[in-house]
Amino acid sequence: MLLVKNLKCYYGRIVAIKGVSMSVRKGELISLIGANGSGKSTFLQAICGLIPGLEGEITFEDVSLKGLDPPAIVQKGISMVPEGRLVFAPLTTLDNLKLGAYTIYRKKLHKYVKKDLEMVMELFPILRKRAYQQAGTLSGGEQQMLAIGRALMARPRLLVLDEPSMGLAPLLVEKILETLVMLRNKGLTILLVEQNARAALKISDRGYVLETGKIVLQGASSDLLADVEVKRAYLGKDYAEFYEGRA
Amino acid sequence: MQEILQYIFSGITNGAIYAIIAVGFSLLYNSTEIINFAHGEFVMIGALSLVTLWGSFHLPLPLAFVLTIVVVSGTGLLFERFAIRTVKKPDHIVLVIITVGASIFLRGIAMLIWGKDAYSIPPFSSNPPIDIAGARLLIQSIWIIVISLLSVVALYFFYNKTLTGKAIRACAINKKAAWLTGIPSGKMVMLSFVLSIGMGAVAGLIIAPITMCSYDMGTMLGLKGFCAAMLGGLGSLWGALIGGFILGILEAMGVGFVSSSLKDAIAFVLLLLILFIRPGGIIQSKDVQRF
Repeated sequence: MLLVKNLKCYYGRIVAIKGVSMSVRKGELISLIGANGSGKSTFLQAICGLIPGLEGEITFEDVSLKGLDPPAIVQKGISMVPEGRLVFAPLTTLDNLKLGAYTIYRKKLHKYVKKDLEMVMELFPILRKRAYQQAGTLSGGEQQMLAIGRALMARPRLLVLDEPSMGLAPLLVEKILETLVMLRNKGLTILLVEQNARAALKISDRGYVLETGKIVLQGASSDLLADVEVKRAYLGKDYAEFYEGRA
Repeated sequence: MQEILQYIFSGITNGAIYAIIAVGFSLLYNSTEIINFAHGEFVMIGALSLVTLWGSFHLPLPLAFVLTIVVVSGTGLLFERFAIRTVKKPDHIVLVIITVGASIFLRGIAMLIWGKDAYSIPPFSSNPPIDIAGARLLIQSIWIIVISLLSVVALYFFYNKTLTGKAIRACAINKKAAWLTGIPSGKMVMLSFVLSIGMGAVAGLIIAPITMCSYDMGTMLGLKGFCAAMLGGLGSLWGALIGGFILGILEAMGVGFVSSSLKDAIAFVLLLLILFIRPGGIIQSKDVQRF
């Protein structure tokens, strides 16, 4: 579905992504993990059209995404839940969701919007309660749900999430990730970028590990979870052995 | 008593004009954080276009109205398309200085088209002034007040009740998030320019019958509108309205009770005062403190 070949991104003269290739098949939940500054967010921004002048190939459903701006990519069927949620704070929850359907409205498909609103409210019942509240007054978890809901309103075929667990209590993280599994089971393809590697790998089908702009490991999530390397670097286990080796 | 009432009438009339110019400043600032110092020139083009279309060509008034707004908004569109969007590194300060340049340019063009003469046109309707407790209220004043208030109410509904209006607000709140949501922010910025400058055109239309229209009338009007916007709170629709009326009434009082040479000073003293005491304006909108 999504195919990335030898992607390179530059910030000025600094290379942030040094030739990444990866693929997402229809119906998969893929996690992309890596530490701070490994290039995860840059990679997602490249897919969503936020980075001009990238090298390599990005194709979605056999159509190249190169040179398209974010609204065009949303129309192609990729929606992003941005890092830090970025809800429209002074607008109401309902308005936020309706704006998520902007491209749908512009295609004159108003009948879908009502159905989708119902679907999102079903998925996150708390949003129904907060419908007429300013989005800025919602709690962090609620805002994350709203951000996911807003992205879903554009009827994506691929949902891309940038660090949805950031700054949330563990219980909420679990709830959000459960929702993602539910969406996947309904047939949505999901690409999840996370620092919380263990949680991400637990729910995903396959995983990629990004390190300083390169993919250093990939495979089935269960394999990655078991992989000692990943454990040491990202899952925080075996620290004792790790330090013993170098002391 | 009769005098005070007379001053209030003239203050409210001027205030309505300042308010609608201030609304233009606020609209654009809200969605782009640019202060458009060429705004007053668009008011001037609006007034002079009406002079030509209605005064010289004798088109029916409603048609002249619509045509003027189209002409001025079209000029605004060209301004955005060619002077603002083509900037490679769009820092706010660069864009603001471009608007200053555009203001000089537009004034020059207007001087070439309309010359240096001042024009005047008759009021929209020729009814005699109304007598209220000894003070006279011009019918044109009523036109001005009604049209200003209607425009502001229409804008309020546009921004709060329509999808496009909300999309413009979303772009103003967070451009990146709006972009990722699928809202074409470039188009929204363009629309903001057109709306803001369209408001300038309306100000020009309603002011034309009560003033002498010439190529250099825009600068002072623009500055007064800017003062009103700052006074009320830049970025706030209602703030612009309040600021405009306060400025208009204070000006009229100052002219009436002290001296008419004080007229322009009052606006700038007010501007300084509000900047010293309450930089956010009377209605402080929390999310516009960006400079």
